[in-house]
Parts: sequence; C-alpha cells; structure tokens
Amino acid sequence: MSTIIDQFTQMDTNGGSQLTAKDFKPDNDVRWCLGCGAYSVLYPVQKFMPDLGVPKEKIAFVSGIGCSGRFPYYMETYGFHGIHGRPIAIASGLKVSRPDLSVWVVTGDGDNMSIGGNHFIHGCRRNVDLNVLMFNNEIYSLTKGQYSPTSKQGQVTKTSPLGVLETPFNPVHMAIASGAPFVARGYDKDRFHIQYLIERAARHKGFSFVELLTNCLIFNDEAFDDFTKKDVRDDNTVNLEHGKPLVFGKEHDKGIILDGFKLKAVTLGDEYSINDLLVHDETDSTLAYILAGMDDDPELPHPVGVFLALDKKPYDERVTDQIAYAKEVQGEGTLEELLLGDDHWEVN
Amino acid sequence: MIFFGRWTQITSIMELTKTKISELTVRFAGDSGDGMQLVGKKFSDALASTGIDLITFPDFPSEIRAPEGTLYGVSAYQLRLGSKDISTHGDEIDLLVAMNASSLKVNLPNLKKGGIIIANLDGFDKRNLKLAEYEQSPIDTDELADFKVIALDMVGEARAKLKEHGFPPKTLKKSKNFLALGIVYWLIDLNMSSTVNWLEKKFRKNEEALKANTSVLQLGWEYAEQQNIVETQFEVGNKHFEPGNYRNIAGNQAVAIGLVAASRKAELPLFLGSYPITPATEILQYISSYKKYGVKHLQAEDEIAGITSAIGASYGGYLSVTTTSGPGLSLKTEALGLAVMTELPLIVVDVMRAGPSTGMPTKPEQSDLNQALFGRHGEAPMPVIAASSPSDCFDMTIEAARLALKYMTPVLLLTDGYIGQSTEPWKIPSPAELPSLVKNLEVDKENFQPYMRDPETLVRPWVFPGMKGLEHRIGGLEKQDGSGKVSYDAANHQKMTDIRQRKIQGIQNDIPDATVTGPESGELLIVGWGSTKGAITTAMDRLTEEGYDVAHLHLKHMNPFPKNLGNVLANYRNILLPEMNTGQLKMVLQAQYLRDIIGFNKVQGQPFKASEIENKVKEILVGEEVMS
Repeated sequence: MSTIIDQFTQMDTNGGSQLTAKDFKPDNDVRWCLGCGAYSVLYPVQKFMPDLGVPKEKIAFVSGIGCSGRFPYYMETYGFHGIHGRPIAIASGLKVSRPDLSVWVVTGDGDNMSIGGNHFIHGCRRNVDLNVLMFNNEIYSLTKGQYSPTSKQGQVTKTSPLGVLETPFNPVHMAIASGAPFVARGYDKDRFHIQYLIERAARHKGFSFVELLTNCLIFNDEAFDDFTKKDVRDDNTVNLEHGKPLVFGKEHDKGIILDGFKLKAVTLGDEYSINDLLVHDETDSTLAYILAGMDDDPELPHPVGVFLALDKKPYDERVTDQIAYAKEVQGEGTLEELLLGDDHWEVN
Repeated sequence: MIFFGRWTQITSIMELTKTKISELTVRFAGDSGDGMQLVGKKFSDALASTGIDLITFPDFPSEIRAPEGTLYGVSAYQLRLGSKDISTHGDEIDLLVAMNASSLKVNLPNLKKGGIIIANLDGFDKRNLKLAEYEQSPIDTDELADFKVIALDMVGEARAKLKEHGFPPKTLKKSKNFLALGIVYWLIDLNMSSTVNWLEKKFRKNEEALKANTSVLQLGWEYAEQQNIVETQFEVGNKHFEPGNYRNIAGNQAVAIGLVAASRKAELPLFLGSYPITPATEILQYISSYKKYGVKHLQAEDEIAGITSAIGASYGGYLSVTTTSGPGLSLKTEALGLAVMTELPLIVVDVMRAGPSTGMPTKPEQSDLNQALFGRHGEAPMPVIAASSPSDCFDMTIEAARLALKYMTPVLLLTDGYIGQSTEPWKIPSPAELPSLVKNLEVDKENFQPYMRDPETLVRPWVFPGMKGLEHRIGGLEKQDGSGKVSYDAANHQKMTDIRQRKIQGIQNDIPDATVTGPESGELLIVGWGSTKGAITTAMDRLTEEGYDVAHLHLKHMNPFPKNLGNVLANYRNILLPEMNTGQLKMVLQAQYLRDIIGFNKVQGQPFKASEIENKVKEILVGEEVMS
C-alpha cells in the first residue's frame, strides 16, 4: 500500500477491543418497520463488532438498494450506500485496493440474486475477502411487494396476482456452485445463531456468504414460519455442525442419512442409530451442495448453519503477492523507465 | 546469424537516380492473417527512429481471421511519412502493398494516379480472383495502366532462393510479409537494422524462424535492387525534431502510461477496473503488464463492475480508472451518477467507436459526445475532455486526473479508435516536467462533515476508510448540505443540484482559454475536437498556402467550455464544424452561444481526409464569393 494512505490512516494498536456495541450505533434513527427481520441481523452485527478486533475506522459496510441497503447508515463505521445490485463490485474494488480494511457487504434477495446476480457469482468465484450478508425475505419490499427471484412458485404478490410462474433460486446452491469458499445460512428468529454465523464469516479469510432469512411482516409475513417458529423449528430445521451427525427434532430423535446421492430423514431407534447418520463436513463442497437441496424436499428439514468453509487464498492477497513478485523479478518500476519504454531514440 | 551479410550499406548494382520527396503515403494490405499490422508497425518504428515524421493508421476488420481472400477480410496498415510535420495518415495512397486480389480491389479507389503497386502474385490465383470478384486478373489487363505495378510471386521467389537452406515451405509462406517489407525498405532506401534487431530479440530462442524471417526480409531488398523494379528510389529527408528522447506511441498506450504518470505525480496508488472492449482493450492490457509499478487492476465481470469497483477503490483513496468504448459507457452511466453524487474522483476513458448498438467495433466515430455530456439520469454534470492525437492522449489523461482529484468528480476522457490505435513519434517528457496534482486530503478534523466544502471551488474533502474519528456514510441518496446525511428536503435538493452544477462550471476558471491558429477574426473558423485535428491541420496548411482566410480552433475541454469560447466564435463570419457524427458538438455550441454553425459530418467509420475539409472550406468561401 502506498505511503500516502498510510500517512492518513494510522494504525490503532487497541484493535478496537475496548469498544462496545454502543460505539457502533450512530445517532440517527433506524428506519426499518418495527418487527422487521432486519433488526435480527443489525443487533448481532453491532454486538459482534467489538470482538472483531479491528478499529472501527478500518471497517466499511457497503450496501446496494432495497431495505437491506440502509444498513450502513445504522453502523458507526465507514459506510457506502451504492446502487442497485452493485455492492459486491464496489466492495471488491475497495478491498482489493485496501486489504487493510474489514469490508462487509449487506445486500438482499433482489439486489444480489436478480440485478446483481452477475456480481454475486463472480464474487463467489473471484474470492475477494468480503463478508456478504444477504437478507432474504423472498419479496421486493422497498418497492412495496413484487415477487423476487427467491419468491416461491405460486406465491401471490403485486406482480403475480395469480401466482409466480418462475422457479426460485436457492442462494446457497448458487454460492456453492459459483465457488464461494464460505457459505452459511441463518434466520431472524435465532439471533444467537446469527451472531455465531457472523463471527464465523468474519473470521473466514475470503469471500464469505451468509444467507439470512429475514421476515418482511408487511409484504411477505410468515414466509418462514413453517420452519422457523419456535414450536416447529426443531422438527423442521437441521443445524449443520462440522464433524457432527445430522440430528434434529424436539427430542433429538431424528436424523439424516445419505442413501446414494439422496438424503433421507429417519427416526432414531431400532432401525437407525446415530452411527448411521450423515456426518457434516464443512470442507466437502459436494456434500454442501447436496445438503442445500434439502429445501426442495418437503419430507426433509431445512438446513441452517455453515454449509461450507474452504481454505482458499483470497484474490486481494493474490494481487498483493503478484505485485511483490513482479517487483522482485523485474525490479521496481520507475516512472522514467515507463515513459522511455523499450525502443525510444534520442535526437540531439 | 545474418544470412546475406549485407545490412547497412548496400550499393545499387544498376545506375539509379533518387527522387527527393517530402511526404509519402504507404499502405500495406492483405488478409487478416498476412501480418500487415506487424510489418506496418516495424516499418514505422524504423522510419521514426531515423528521424522521419509519420502518422500511422491500422485499419482492420473485426473478424480475427476472416476467411482468406475475401473482400471483407482485408486488413490494412496505412502510414504517411515525411520530412515535414505529418498530421494525418494520408488521403491518397502513393505506394500500395497488395498481398492478394481483394486487398488490391478495396484499396484501388484510394491509390494516387501514378502510384506504385507491389502485388503478390501468389494472392492472384484463380481462387483469390474469384473471391475478389475479378473475372480476369487486373494485372493482366489494362485496369492498372495508370499505376506502376511490381508483381511477383512472393512465396515462389522466396522458395526458389531459400530452398538450399532447407526451410520448410510453411515458414516461407508465413514470412512473405517480410519480403514485401524488404522491397518497401529498398524503395525508400531505409536502413533495416531496427527490424532485424527486433527479429533477433523476438526469435532469440528460435533460430529457424529468425533465419527465415531475416532471409526473406533481405531477399525483398535484393529482389528490388536486382530486378531494377523502378527507375528511381525515393529519398526522404529528416524532419527537424527538437532535441530529446522520442518513441512511437499509440493513443491507448499513451493513456496507460499517462495513468501511471498521473498516479506517481499525485503520489497515489492506481486502480483500474475494466472489461475488455474493442477498441479500448489495449489500455487494460498495458495496465495489467504494469505490476512492477505497483498498479492494481481488476478485470471485471462486466462494464458495470468495471466502474463500480473503480468507485470502490476511489472511496478507498486510490486514483481510480475505468476504460471502455461506447456500449460500455452506456452500461456505466448509472454508476457515473453515483460518482457524481458521492463526489469521488474517477477517470472514465471512452475510446469511441462507430455505433449505435454494436455498430462497427473497429471503426472510429465521435458519436458518444452527447452521451458523455448528457447521458445520465437526473442532473449529473461532470467534466468532459477530448484528446486530439495519439500523444495528446497522454497529456489529456494527466488533465483528467488533475480535474478528478482537484474537483472530486468523475471525469470523462474521450478518445477514439483512430487515435487510440494510430501511432506517431512522441517527445517523451521527463517526470519532473509533468505537473504535480492537487488532492483534497487535508481536512479540519474538529469541524469535519463529509459534504463540507471549499468556499471557492465548492469541493468536498476526500476522507477514506482508515482515517480515525472521521467515520461517515455516503451513497447515492441525496445528501443534506454539509452533514451528508440522507435528505429529501425540497430546498436542500435545489441547493445541492445547484452546487454540483456550479462546482463543475467553476472549472472554467482553471482551464486555458480557447486559442486559434490563424487570423484572430475573419471569414471562416474551423472548430474541431478530438481526432479530427490532424486532418484539419493538414487542410489548414494547404488552405493558408493558397491564401484562404481561415482559422482553426481545436477544443479540448467539452464541459465546461473555455470561458472565452463565445467571444472567439463571434469573431468569424462563418464557422465550420467537421465531426464524425451527425452534428453533436454543433448542436451544443449553437444552443449555448446562439451562433449558426455549418456542420460537416462524416459517419463512415473512417477519419476525415484533409482534402475533404479543404474542399468544404473552398465550397463555403468560393460559394459566397460567387453569390456576392
């Protein structure tokens, strides 16, 4: 990095450790609807920030358009509210130029899966060290209720009065297939779990994608209630934990087995013991892809947790390394040398 | 190593006269795969390094390897060389190298009466003639009676002469372009050593290819010499160049070097976010090879990511750039508005090509001016500047950086495919000669607000992440004056819109006045912008010589215009505005200064010829005389 940036951005040796969640709350009001699922991401993020160990002037939140786009205004850090669909591209430029920063992207299902779909898949593949938090409420809320690329087939919205005809994206599938090294999912009714996922994403070097199911109580209320409400969640979700068998159910009496390439839910008892169950492996992308497919099978619970956590060198580090390599092999370039080029001549 | 041994001093076997010429237009034409661009470039390097002035013009189809022998697959490299100031690539061809029938056919209309054709007979066989839609070979008919034809079977000649050295025939076929080049070298009696040196460097690990190419080059020279192909060789004197270091430079390369130079002078690191697009791609390619200069680049997934990643890097404190051509600029327009709203420095380079839509990617046009000036939603003013020649691309890149950094604004730099890919000798500046660039990094920390402004320039400070205690949020939503907080207040929006407009308009005070070449008032002023400068300058020279009352004004700053522009325009009875579009600058000038302007518009994917402008001026001036 250049000296001029160093000169204007001195290092803080405290590493932000003496800060509290309050230090990350700016003085302006949060303008999301009361009861919005987005709060369930904002508070854990604010709470986690002091533990990140990065001074707050070295943290930047970048967002796109939609309800999620307001997020940077609610963080007392550096923030950039971009244009629709582009936060990953903006954040990539920021992080590649400034690897010293902790760069976060907050986006939504419309912003990230529709208008910004291209940046998302290439972000996954390029692997810039970003933490991407995607609010998925399966609806366009800020434009007041049109279907989104994650809305369910048949869903009635303002632009699908007779039901959505399209098939929705599965964001976790897309992220894994596009090469994202870290993929996770949480939901608004479990803030503790969200905080865990945020911490995991932050600690993971490289492109970290976290899908957050956030209920929109105005335009798509109860979208996730069938598996996230307290009374049903244990039976209808399975928490993925590395190295542990896939057990679920209120009584921890159910589990998932792998039968060929197909997942099956079984009841533990005479026929199946815990040893028959599939054991989660965060480093297996094929397994991660299969697990994400549980969403499509009504017989299976919805998977949450960390699907994938692969150790891959981030792009921004590769850029820095390549420059160092070029300087080492070719020597540090001077402006004079560049101006003169290889085949200049002199007139006397 | 050297095959025939005689490289520098070759004395003619026959008694030869030499004709002194002050300028000459040469065009190498052949199939896309014939290597015409390469020999053209090597020839121009040799000319320039011996002190001959020149302008080159690579003119090639979009197809990478168009079907061999076709009319649409002809690739050409034209250059005008001379002992005086050369400012265009030449209207009419004096010397045409035609590697096949099609390349003869498409270029014949531009060949000067009495001009020389070097034809490769190998490319005039039955198949090639059919593809070129010739019933009979033009070489055997009187169709070429007005020209001097040197026809030879290049592959056959090479094969016969070099057989004993055991080169496979394939190598020979590939090297035939160097045979043609050897003949051209002999015709103007030019030292071939720069090309030989280049071949030695390029093929230092492939002795066979080196031998084949140098031998064939030498063979061309010897063939010309021994066959006594013309009565007279040409002799081109040297132009008087000011002392200094020179190199041949194309506009796209000049932009790339200019960006690094600007970053060094601004003491800021450089970031390029870009997506490949003809004819701007070379800038991205050059920058990607500048790693040892510490430059960062991101080849983005699309044009939008190109500009938005650059905006991200600008937010991070880098001198940031995105490069593109027309269709890409269309895709970037929304993000340009974001850069206007966030008031971040950003350079956008548009190497214009013929549109609309995909248009003609390899052909130049100046038809993005309206898009550059107005192509954004909302009131989104930004400086627009234009480069007028390959080497001017360097100066205008530095100017773009100067304006972007000093005024915290995106700046659009317009060049086009013509100057982007043409080359000319460039007097290389020393780093110390280049201007240092002002940045807005000093901030009053006590009273900091993201949208506090310098009272004079209205510029806001550049505060990027990492600066302690200055954390703040910016974005595309309207800002409250000063605090930068989101605001939908009616009066505030009016105020902010006015401020953004005034800030850009105020740049008028910081750019040079418009100056004219020629009389300060009179009958006719030619107003030009961008790449038309060469053709206008050449036309001006001829017109002035013939006693016409003509002046020339070439605009570099398209928004804002120089302060005195209205006064200058008022000093002439007629204003002629040649531009490679249907009248975009004409409309803007007429609207702003309420002056009638005669548009002269060419949209053929080809630059203006000097003669076209010359004739147009005569038509206006003589036509008037007749009427009065």
